[in-house]
Amino acid sequence: MADILTDPAPEAPEAVPEFPMPRESRCPFDPPPTLKQLQEQGPLTKVRLWDGSEPWLVTRYAEQRALLGDARVSADTDSPGYPTKASPDAGEGKLSFIMMDDPEHARLRRMVTAPFAVKKVEALRPAVQRIVDGLIDDMLAGPSPVDLVDVFALPIPSLVICELLGVPYEEHDFFQEHTKTMVRTTATPEERGRASRDVAGYLAGLLGKRLAEPKGDLLSSIAGRITAGELTHQQATEMALLLLIAGHETTANMIALGTLALLQNPDQLALLRETDDPKFVAGAVEELLRYLHITHLGRRRAVTEDIEIGGQMIKAGEGVIMVNEIGNRDPEVFTDPDRLDLTRDARRHVAFGFGVHQCLGQPLARMELQVVYGTLYKRIPTLKLAAPVEHVRFKTDAFIYGVHALPVSW
Amino acid sequence: MKVELEADRCVASGQCVLAAMDVFDQDDDGIAILLDEQPAVEHLDGVREAVAICPAAAIRLVDQ
Ligand code: SF4
Repeated sequence: MADILTDPAPEAPEAVPEFPMPRESRCPFDPPPTLKQLQEQGPLTKVRLWDGSEPWLVTRYAEQRALLGDARVSADTDSPGYPTKASPDAGEGKLSFIMMDDPEHARLRRMVTAPFAVKKVEALRPAVQRIVDGLIDDMLAGPSPVDLVDVFALPIPSLVICELLGVPYEEHDFFQEHTKTMVRTTATPEERGRASRDVAGYLAGLLGKRLAEPKGDLLSSIAGRITAGELTHQQATEMALLLLIAGHETTANMIALGTLALLQNPDQLALLRETDDPKFVAGAVEELLRYLHITHLGRRRAVTEDIEIGGQMIKAGEGVIMVNEIGNRDPEVFTDPDRLDLTRDARRHVAFGFGVHQCLGQPLARMELQVVYGTLYKRIPTLKLAAPVEHVRFKTDAFIYGVHALPVSW
Repeated sequence: MKVELEADRCVASGQCVLAAMDVFDQDDDGIAILLDEQPAVEHLDGVREAVAICPAAAIRLVDQ
């Protein structure tokens, strides 16, 4: 009896934090403060999602890499416990191999790895340089201020991926509108479903044309797999859709958000403007990839066998979310992680994920960003923000983080 | 020191090529190829970086 009287009252169970968490509006480049606190407390913690489910949130770099590289962890959105980002009846269907596990994942992925090899991508550099220079010429000849997202950040990846796939660029307005809807979390499931069905329908048609009359582009090589009996028309369309979407919003947001981050860090921007060393630019791109966090909703997986990690037992059928933005700010791995420092060696970041699903397009993304960051600020040295930073609207409502618009002048 | 590459695991990320061009290359499908099993000392830092960043854990550096 005495024990009961003297023991402190049992602590109320700690509330499970909701994910995603609100960001600190004053610091749009930093992870939400709650995420930082959770990381300090330990590598894993339970969070609550939009649908009430409670997967594990993995906040530290080492555990993130271990789980992303673990074959007992499934990327299949149909696996029990998979933590979905939004209602699964959004009509998106399976986005090809990124939502599959090996061996089917590897079989499909290897069909499209060829054009993303480092040297093949390098061969595209002059073409990308021309695209970037052309867009800057247009900017300089046009009105100022202007929205950088609209005239520069989005057209670049759009032009490059259309070129690579063999999609006529005249159709890019159609794609940009639809891909925007597909990655906007505030779009209704019906809207998202309709947008992705429309784009898929268009790509299916293009694949049909390439079946009849192949050209030298990636769509033709995908169509060739249909002829060879390795892919159904449906699978080929999903693959084309994945390649089209994956390169769009990601790179565009890295360009716009990166430019804003640099404008807010003029000393760092000056380093980029003054260098002629491609190695420095390449290193700067890695640091911006580490420091920014466009995939703010994390890499999501379902655990298929019990795994003990970071002092926790994760049970088969539980979900895990690896938030790379906080992994990239792990002080165990990166000294003074919240500082943007273009001179540091940031190559170990997990911005492209880790494990067999690590971004296929990363050599292309790197090259595009190197050309952009190595050109834009040199050619427009007076580039500046044309509105107070408080007026910039951030994409907390999208699957990919970034800015809705970036008004700039020079 | 000897480099070992398990090409079956490779997911064609190209990270090893970026880290150590003299030691790694990619075939027509982007799958990594080992150019030099016993790289000179000056390439070892690059190889260590490749081991650390290879997303598929396909590369090892072993003592002989
Ligand atoms: S880093 Fe690893 S996965 Fe990437 S190309 Fe080299 S061996 Fe393959």
